[in-house]
Amino acid sequence: MATAVENIPSQLEVMDQPLESEMTLSMGPQHPSTHGVLRLDLKLDGELVVNVIPDIGYLHTGMEKLFEYKKYQQGIVITDRMDYLNPLGNNLAYVMAAEKLLDLEIPERAQVIRVLMCELQRLASHMVWLGTSALDLGAMSVFFFCFRQREKILNLIEAASGGRMTPSYFRIGGLMMDLPAGFDNRVKQFLDDFPEALSTFETLVTGNTIWQSRTKGIGVIERDEAINWGLTGPSLRASGVELDLRRHNPYTGYEKYDFDIPTETDGDVWSRFRVRMRELNESHKIVRQALERLKPGPTKADAPKIVLPDRDDMRKHMDSLIHHFLIVAEGFNVPPGEVYHAIEASKGELGVYMKSNGGPKPERVHFRGPSFVNLAALPVMSEGEMVADVVAIIGSLDIVLGEIDR
Amino acid sequence: MGLENTLFESLPDVVTVKLDAVVNWARKSSLWPATFGLACCAIEMMNTVSARNDLSRFGAETFRASPRQADVMIVSGRVSRKMAPVLRRIYDQMPEPKWVISMGACATSGGVFDNYAIVQGVDKIVPVDIYVPGCPPRPEMLVHAITMLQDKIMKESVKDRRDTFEMESRESIVPGTLPVTEDTALEREMHAKVDAGNTARPYTVPSKHERRRSS
Amino acid sequence: MTEKLHGYVEKIKEKNADWVVAVAEGHGEITVTVPREAILDVCSFLRFEQGFDMLADLCGGDRGPEEDPRFEVNYHLFSTVHYMRLRLKVLLSEDDPNVPTLTTLWQTANWHERETYDLVGIKFTGHPDLRRILLPSDFDGHALRKDYPLRGYEPYSLN
Repeated sequence: MATAVENIPSQLEVMDQPLESEMTLSMGPQHPSTHGVLRLDLKLDGELVVNVIPDIGYLHTGMEKLFEYKKYQQGIVITDRMDYLNPLGNNLAYVMAAEKLLDLEIPERAQVIRVLMCELQRLASHMVWLGTSALDLGAMSVFFFCFRQREKILNLIEAASGGRMTPSYFRIGGLMMDLPAGFDNRVKQFLDDFPEALSTFETLVTGNTIWQSRTKGIGVIERDEAINWGLTGPSLRASGVELDLRRHNPYTGYEKYDFDIPTETDGDVWSRFRVRMRELNESHKIVRQALERLKPGPTKADAPKIVLPDRDDMRKHMDSLIHHFLIVAEGFNVPPGEVYHAIEASKGELGVYMKSNGGPKPERVHFRGPSFVNLAALPVMSEGEMVADVVAIIGSLDIVLGEIDR
Repeated sequence: MGLENTLFESLPDVVTVKLDAVVNWARKSSLWPATFGLACCAIEMMNTVSARNDLSRFGAETFRASPRQADVMIVSGRVSRKMAPVLRRIYDQMPEPKWVISMGACATSGGVFDNYAIVQGVDKIVPVDIYVPGCPPRPEMLVHAITMLQDKIMKESVKDRRDTFEMESRESIVPGTLPVTEDTALEREMHAKVDAGNTARPYTVPSKHERRRSS
Repeated sequence: MTEKLHGYVEKIKEKNADWVVAVAEGHGEITVTVPREAILDVCSFLRFEQGFDMLADLCGGDRGPEEDPRFEVNYHLFSTVHYMRLRLKVLLSEDDPNVPTLTTLWQTANWHERETYDLVGIKFTGHPDLRRILLPSDFDGHALRKDYPLRGYEPYSLN
């Protein structure tokens, strides 16, 4: 007995010493907290993270290669499956890059509808982020509340485009079709209900002590470092940089809308969480303004050789029928040139580099996915943190592997 | 108050029934899917368990992160060539009985991605029981697939689902561990064959379950 | 918008006339073609003196096997100060697809360059960890080259 008692202090001393050997822990690619098929090589010293090496590519789909073999209008379908939480944002970036090359003027109504749908999609995307990142930290019920709201938004998107998750609603030169009758009332209904849901989330999560202690001061990235690592979107704004492309490089008429850019200064998981929560409010505001701006009018640009004609037109006019046939069978030629168009997707700057050689298929399409760049900064954020906090950091970055691996 | 009362009123104490029927009934009523989320379909799979389409109504809501505890692998999304060996390994780690649902066009046939990076159908890697079309399929379709799988399970025989020999399973079950399918007698048999030079080394040793399928 | 961008191009020229090979304008954007040797200097000049503090994107491209120079690398610089975008372009021949790395200037260049190496096969000299990022390490060839077939070389099989 005596020897056992004597042994205890020495054991404690040993536990205080840092381990001299590093341990490597392979996390993923099949892991519930990696938001897909991300693999992390964690170098651990005890429970402290020494280094993280993300290993991506488990969802590499060869999309950029596929774009070169598809006509411009066929490429829209592929963009849906890239960042599958924000498909309308991808549609918009791709479509606007092509429109820039074609110098197309988009009618006012189509632009307003684009804003409306994109902001609804941003709400839906943030709902998945909140639900899954809360799930990672052990808060199960938030997930159900979030998906309930998301389901409502998906119903709206389905009513407009016919697809829940892969809408392909925006086309080069406008929209696939106009909104269905009574759509604005359904959106209004949703907007009226949403603030109550928002306050539910605040009650469930924000005031929760466990949530706060799991997020505050975790995964800090400073302002300069965030710019150096190319972070964009909420992850950058949480580090104190007021950068929102909707304001600073406006597109589709975002300059006419009144909204704030939420920023925080700490750059930790909590700040990123607060920025996104406040963004929900801003998106809600923008949707309401877009509804007010919604005036009757055309939803397609006046370019018969690029935009598919209406069904009605095709029955009455021979030339519409010919245009339709030519667009579908041969596509349209895009003048040579190259553009880079960036939009503010729900996760950050979504850029499309598109190069045309004058034919009906692009020569090169490159997507700058915000998740790809944000994930690259994971090693800086998680160095010196606990293993369990890595999960919180990944959740706060809101990554989508479909966009990272493309 | 419910089932027990009615059962004892209408049935005698001893019931004679086919073993298959009872075991299959138990198996189909409590399917544990593995969370194998890959791409877009994974979000719809999450949707299936959440509020509106409550999968627990059909007894299949217990998603397990560990393949050792799962019965059904729902391959939800496109399988890239880099992911294929991982998927196969996870399938091998699942204990018998196990089933596979191929969810979505990409998992079923490659979908719109007919290129160098994507495996053109997950059935080239693992045997698939149910294919769900759609890109992505609606949650209702996944629910339908689960119920179809339950029907299918009712038609199976328990004997076909033996993976390990009896001695093997006794050895592998030590307290605190789960029975595993790795390094079973089948694998040893195959290793012996490979060592003797009778056959080329396969990626993994097929389980009895697959042998039955391929024949 | 483009007048201001032209101002930055003039500043590059003032600093060193050899740094600018060609200037192209189109769709409100400006592309400056830069010789390979100067890319690091131009970028550090733009970053530290002109406020282009973010590397928004870096991507490689293959113009086709019959073109010379065959490869190009596009750098999309962005400023969080004055919110301007500038595209720098480096042209590379097929025999010598090497370009200096930008990882010393921007950490974010690391993954972008690895991706470009993986898919297009452009080598970034001085990169700390230049290996494949998206495709498996035993992958043969570079997928985004024009002479690489869409479906790859061999059908998928596990045996």
